[in-house]
Amino acid sequence: MNPLRHALRRLFDGADALFDRSFGPAWNPLHQLGALGFFFYWIVLATGIHLYIGFDTSVTAAYTSVETLSRSAWFLGGVARSLHRYASDALVIVMLVHLTREFALDRYRGVRWFSWLTGVPIIAFVYASGIGGYWLVWDKLAQYIAIATTEWLDWLPIFGEPIARNFLAPTSLDDRFFSLLVFLHIAIPLFLLFILWIHLQRISKPRINPPIGLAAGSGAALLALAIAFPAASQGRADLAVVPATIKLDWFYLPLYAVFDRWSYGAGWALLAIGGAVMIALPFLPPLRRPATATVHLDWCNGCGRCAEDCPYAAITMGRRSDGLPFDSEAVVNPSLCVGCGICVGACPTSTPFRHGAELVTGIDLPDPALGLLRERTHAATGKLAGPARILVFGCDHGVTGATFASESVAAVSLPCIAMLPPSFIDYVLSRDLADGVFVTGCSETACYNRLGERWMEERIAARRDPHLRRRVPRERLAVCWPTPSDRRRIDREIAAFAARLKELGPLSPRPAKAPEDAATSEAAG
Amino acid sequence: MISPLRLAGQAAAYLVFIALIGYGTGVTHTHFPPEKALIKLSFTHGAARTTDCRRLTADELAKLPPNMRRPVECARGRGAVFAELIVDDEMLFSASLPPAGLSHDGPSRVYRSFVVTPGRHRLLIRLRDTPRSSGFDYTREAEVELAPQQNFVIDFRPEGDGFIFR
Repeated sequence: MNPLRHALRRLFDGADALFDRSFGPAWNPLHQLGALGFFFYWIVLATGIHLYIGFDTSVTAAYTSVETLSRSAWFLGGVARSLHRYASDALVIVMLVHLTREFALDRYRGVRWFSWLTGVPIIAFVYASGIGGYWLVWDKLAQYIAIATTEWLDWLPIFGEPIARNFLAPTSLDDRFFSLLVFLHIAIPLFLLFILWIHLQRISKPRINPPIGLAAGSGAALLALAIAFPAASQGRADLAVVPATIKLDWFYLPLYAVFDRWSYGAGWALLAIGGAVMIALPFLPPLRRPATATVHLDWCNGCGRCAEDCPYAAITMGRRSDGLPFDSEAVVNPSLCVGCGICVGACPTSTPFRHGAELVTGIDLPDPALGLLRERTHAATGKLAGPARILVFGCDHGVTGATFASESVAAVSLPCIAMLPPSFIDYVLSRDLADGVFVTGCSETACYNRLGERWMEERIAARRDPHLRRRVPRERLAVCWPTPSDRRRIDREIAAFAARLKELGPLSPRPAKAPEDAATSEAAG
Repeated sequence: MISPLRLAGQAAAYLVFIALIGYGTGVTHTHFPPEKALIKLSFTHGAARTTDCRRLTADELAKLPPNMRRPVECARGRGAVFAELIVDDEMLFSASLPPAGLSHDGPSRVYRSFVVTPGRHRLLIRLRDTPRSSGFDYTREAEVELAPQQNFVIDFRPEGDGFIFR
């Protein structure tokens, strides 16, 4: 599994860098695949409701009504119909790229098995919706799909009367059966919305709306396609004539080519094997679960920042259980916690300035614990030499720290960059452990743990608590979010940062500050 | 202000995206050889029951609860339907079609398609739905002219004239 995943990862990293250059990280379509899927779904839904107004659900008039709609009203009919079709295809494309990317980035195992498994029925429902939509036009393609689908279903010996007999001859099909298809084409997409809601249950702050610019661009592109190449019917269905040559939609109907090339049995086998692999993937092998966060009630004041920042909704605020005069306390659900440590970075008591034998914070990871992080910071900076000593705080999923370590550059890697409390930056600079701090992680808006780089950016910019104190000289701080394979960019940025630090000269050591209580330190801002 | 280079990159990405959709939704696919015709044989028909129905005696009826006194008792099981389709003296289909259902009391079913050359053909379709071992209970023979891509259907309705050509 690993070679395939690594090969795909390299492909996605390359594409990511390309899109970053054209769209910028915030609009990068690869970072917005789920949101784009929702956007296309809304287009399909809106145009579908609009088209349904003019659609005749009887088998004899369905084709005529679609044709009349397409021809009599160019924009509200023909273009709307084309948008309906093309947005459906766009939905399939982003859905398939989304699942491939999640696989490539190894974001489908461990706690994420839930999102992956709930995504499997979404694929089935998207396909059922799309294929059902093609039936309703009742042209030659619809006739082909209807007969092939029912014959395929009849291949399973579970139906009494062969369903395909409904399409035996022109007189076989009645309006009631056709009305059932219309009902299914409405019911399945609505049910799909319900499954999408379940799909997002175990993540907090899901991205379901793409940035306005990306939405506008994608919508305009589809509109242009709809105007330039309007979707057309392929001639009225006639059950007395076999549709020999048709134009197939390869996004929705590739299975039909399998039926024709091999057999219906092959179609079932493909589906069964594909479905089984999809379901089994998160457990082949299961991700080794990192140790989950633990709450130290003596240091938890129930502020709720950890719960607010947790990307996986693994922390809730419960009733206080230790008698301390606070309303609530953080409660970690270990089955949802991925051990990213973002909660540690969010906790206002997570500060390296605190003295004492053991550095304890309100919420911490067993490994690496905040105390270990401070030890690693000291160990890494202790070896630094030269006029521009740089300490890099990176994450395990970005460019790894060891790759750019040198005499004047040292690195400390964390499970996620947002595990780093901003006070650590202050600590390194105020204690003259390094001349500059370089913060890096996953590429922008594409954090392995979903929200890490975003929270870090906001904490540094003082838009999110706990924020970086004002006294920290910003010119001695650099931030870079490269794609994991973009080693050259990070080397370039570190070199530029080193040159800047040399110009600034050595950091004037401040008088050693007495260790302070974290809460007061952070509150001072 | 977005640089022209970035704009060009975005435009190219959108263009590739819609070109992919435009191409992918209109690929020509030949599902059936246009120079051929299709004969579709399909029917649902239950063969006769394997044992004859028996009329209960007055004593037997008296022993039954009043609401269950049906005068005739029939076994559930049905036999198989045997059908043959011969086109121009060539046997295209010959099969014994078992009854459906766990108790073998459902109808026998068939849904088969045969690709043939268009033109004039002599069709002979026959069916046996009684326990006898030879001969046929329903037979229909006809000369038919099949056009290319024609879907010629052979159905069966015992309550009508038997085989129906459509």
